[in-house]
Amino acid sequence: MSSTTPRVPGTYVFDAAENRRGRALNRLCGSLKDAENRERFKADEAAYCETYGLTAQQRDAVLRRDWNRMMELGGSIFYVFKLAMVDQKSMQYLGGVFTGMTTEEFAQALKAGGRNFG
Amino acid sequence: MIWGLATSHVPSIGAAMDHGKTQDPYWKPLFDGYTPAREWMARHTPDVAVVIYNDHANAVDMSVTPAFALGTAESYRVADEGWGSRPVPTVTGAPEFSDHLVKSLIDASFDLTVYQELDVDHGLTVPLSVYCPDPGERWPCAVVPLLVNVIQYPQPTAARCLALGRALGEAIRSFPEDLKVAVFGTGGMSHQLAGARAGLINQDFDRMFLDAIEHDPEKLAALTREEYIREAGSEGIELIMWLIMRGALGPRIRRVYEAYHVPASNTAAGMVLFENLSR
Repeated sequence: MSSTTPRVPGTYVFDAAENRRGRALNRLCGSLKDAENRERFKADEAAYCETYGLTAQQRDAVLRRDWNRMMELGGSIFYVFKLAMVDQKSMQYLGGVFTGMTTEEFAQALKAGGRNFG
Repeated sequence: MIWGLATSHVPSIGAAMDHGKTQDPYWKPLFDGYTPAREWMARHTPDVAVVIYNDHANAVDMSVTPAFALGTAESYRVADEGWGSRPVPTVTGAPEFSDHLVKSLIDASFDLTVYQELDVDHGLTVPLSVYCPDPGERWPCAVVPLLVNVIQYPQPTAARCLALGRALGEAIRSFPEDLKVAVFGTGGMSHQLAGARAGLINQDFDRMFLDAIEHDPEKLAALTREEYIREAGSEGIELIMWLIMRGALGPRIRRVYEAYHVPASNTAAGMVLFENLSR
C-alpha cells in the first residue's frame, strides 16, 4: 500500500504535488542565489516575477513579502529563504513571522529550549 | 572503517566559525561540546569520508529529486548559497572509491543517481567543519558525497536508510585497497522551519534518538515518516540520514563522545561520535 502525504497541523509537508503548485515561485526564489539575478530582481521585482511565470497570487505574495502566503502557495522553505536573504532577513525572523512573534520573541523561545507541542 | 560521526548541519554553525564567533556567549556552549570529539578525530584521521547529506536548493533544484545519489567527481566546488561561498577549501573527491561504491550499491539493488558534477553546500561543508575547524589550504581527507532526498515527501523510509547503510558498509569493506574510511550522517535533530509549529524542539525525542542510534537502530528504522515529521518536525526527518551512517558501521561500536545543545538558530544541534571496533 502506498503512503499518503501526512497531515500534521501547523506543518507544511512539501510533496510532489506541492512542488508542481509552487514550481514558478520556487524557481524564482532559487534563482536569487546568483548575484546577477538578485540585481535584476531588485531593479524591477514585478518584471522579474513575470519572467518566471508566477501566478497573480504568487506574484502578490512575493511583492508584499507575505511569507505565510508564499508557503501556502507551494513555496518550499529552502527556496523562500533565498528571497528572505535578499532582504537580509534571518531564518529566525521568518520563524517569528510564521508564529506571530517578533524576531526577538522567537529567538528567546528557542533559547529557552524551543517550542513544545505535546 | 574507523569511525562514524553524526552531526547537525545548520548554516549558522558554519557562519559562526567563518566569522570568528565561536567564543560568543550564544555559540560557546555548542562549540565547547565539539572539542573532545574533535581532539579524538584529529588523532584518528581517515583517508576518505563518506558524507551523507542533503542539498538545500543550491546544486539540486526540484526539477529532479533523486532519492539517493552519489558523487563520483575528482573534486566538488563549494556552492554559493546566496551569500557567497563559505571560505573553506574545495572538496577533493575519491573517484575510484566512488565508482566502487556505485557498483557495489547498485549490485545490492540500491539504484543510485550518479553525479559527475556537484557543488556542495552547507549540508556537506558544515559537518566537515565540525570535524576539522581549521583545514588551512585543504581538508584532511577526500570526500564522497552521498545525497538523500529529505526535502520532498515521500522521503526514503527510515528502514530503507538503515538498509542502505548496511549495504554501504559492505561496499566500503570490500574495496580492494587499504583505505581508512569515516562515515558522516548529517542533519537533524528536531526542528521545523515553517508553519505555525515553527521553532518546534522535541528534546525527549532527540534524547531517545541519541540513545537508540547506538543501542537500538532498528527501533528508529521502524518509525514512519509521519512519526518523524510529527515528533521531530518537518525538517527533523533529516535524522533518517544518521541511520545510513549507523548501518554502515560494523556490529561492534563504541560511543566516543556526544553533545546536544539547544538552540543553534532554529534547531536543536546534536553530535555523536562512534568508534568502529569491527574491521
